[in-house]
Amino acid sequence: MGSGDILTPLIMGILLGGLYALIALGLSLVFGVMRLINLAHGDLVILGSYGAFGLMSHLNMDPVLSLVICIPGMFALGFIIQKYLMGRAFAISVEAPLIIAFGIALIIQNTNQILWTPLSRGLNTSYSLTSFSLGKLQFPISYLLDFVAGIVVMILLREFLGRTYLGKAITAASQDRRAALLMGINTNRIYGYAFAIAMVSAAVAGVFLGMTFPFTPTSGTSLLTIAFGTVIIGGLGSMLGTFIGGVTLGVVQTIGGYFFGPATQMLIVYVIILVILAVRPQGLFGR
Amino acid sequence: MSLKQILNVNHIDVFHGTFQALWDVSLQVREGEMLALIGANTSGKSTLLDSISGLLHPARGRIEFEEREITRLDPYQIVEIGITQIPEGRRIFPEVSVLDNLLIGSYNRKAREKKEENLEKVYEFFPILRERRKQIAKTLSGGEQQMLVIARGLMADPKLMLIDEMSLGLAPIVINELFRALKEIRERGITILFVEQNVRRTLQEADRAYILETGRVVLSGSPSDLQEEDQVKKAYFGV
Repeated sequence: MGSGDILTPLIMGILLGGLYALIALGLSLVFGVMRLINLAHGDLVILGSYGAFGLMSHLNMDPVLSLVICIPGMFALGFIIQKYLMGRAFAISVEAPLIIAFGIALIIQNTNQILWTPLSRGLNTSYSLTSFSLGKLQFPISYLLDFVAGIVVMILLREFLGRTYLGKAITAASQDRRAALLMGINTNRIYGYAFAIAMVSAAVAGVFLGMTFPFTPTSGTSLLTIAFGTVIIGGLGSMLGTFIGGVTLGVVQTIGGYFFGPATQMLIVYVIILVILAVRPQGLFGR
Repeated sequence: MSLKQILNVNHIDVFHGTFQALWDVSLQVREGEMLALIGANTSGKSTLLDSISGLLHPARGRIEFEEREITRLDPYQIVEIGITQIPEGRRIFPEVSVLDNLLIGSYNRKAREKKEENLEKVYEFFPILRERRKQIAKTLSGGEQQMLVIARGLMADPKLMLIDEMSLGLAPIVINELFRALKEIRERGITILFVEQNVRRTLQEADRAYILETGRVVLSGSPSDLQEEDQVKKAYFGV
């Protein structure tokens, strides 16, 4: 094996990691702000994929362009879910929102099943199947798009949370809800925005995922696992940590596959996650 | 000090679930005064502050602020009309800078317009915060954190400040500094209602005081009157 051989899975892993980060950012944000493990996150990503698929198959719209419609749609859906379902569930108990999230996951899966059949779909465009070269090595252009999208969304979220008044309020509410309330922050509304923004990142993730891999109505479940892994490695709440977690997970997967074969690559990912959970449960970059 | 009432708590009953924490509590705060609320743990002091702040809503009775009923308002609305609570336990936002903590204080629309002006004022009260403005808040000392929490409350541009147990766990020299700041704040026309467990100190600083016991107001009056009461002597001074 020459060094060029291992370079391919390494770069593939890094690029793939951008997609994993993109998938996980919304999960990380929702957990960081409202301490909710959103079990529906993977399915909400897939909902974004199907949204773009519908616009592509009916209106012939480019998947990236379809974000112009998917983003406001998912933002509104997120705000509504938080206001009318999660917010009320939070008032009942800590477990109730978990069950609501599980219910949302089932509803999305079955709705997609009815609307789009269980067949595997993809967001294939003229450019998503082309490749680019790095020296002598060739990589799918979709992987590069994933990575760029991951970086862009991560930076936008970071800047939004750190610089805008709304972002600062979301950060404050995540660090001390009671103090935030007493500082005049309407935390219910803040939670609505945080959930809506997480859904926007899910929509973006769904579009780029669909351009990279085929998806079915039940793909969300495995995405949730990937998002969990990413967040566990990176540490919850930190956007940069989540991004690095995604890249780590991607590299572990592709390098693992390179040494032990594709059948065991996810096994290696899970072993690494377990090791990190045992040694550094707050994640590599968590607090 | 005028005799005009700024806050009027009128016969309120407040529950935590099925447990009644306040029984028929009435209290009047006069504009510009420094009013103390004294009582042991679980006497209902914090419950009373939370009821004024809108975190809890009374089952019976009403609360008025500047002659307007506020009994059912939400916490963010209470802040908007000019009441800010400084919670006990130095609840800073630990992972952001001192300056960001202060800016979050001016989150409500009215305060946001006066943010620069209030920031200058706050730095005058607590010069150390200007020096430390770029530091992550959790790296401050306990006393500095308490100053930050009071300063953050001032950023909300309040007319009435509710201050819960600010001296808990702090060194006497720091407590002196905080009371000095409170007096300056009061001189700028902000009314203060504060809760303390240290009775001797409280009676030195306050214009008037209310004493709560197991959710009821048992006594109220000026410090000199209260010190003469047998009940106070027995309960708090051990004579």
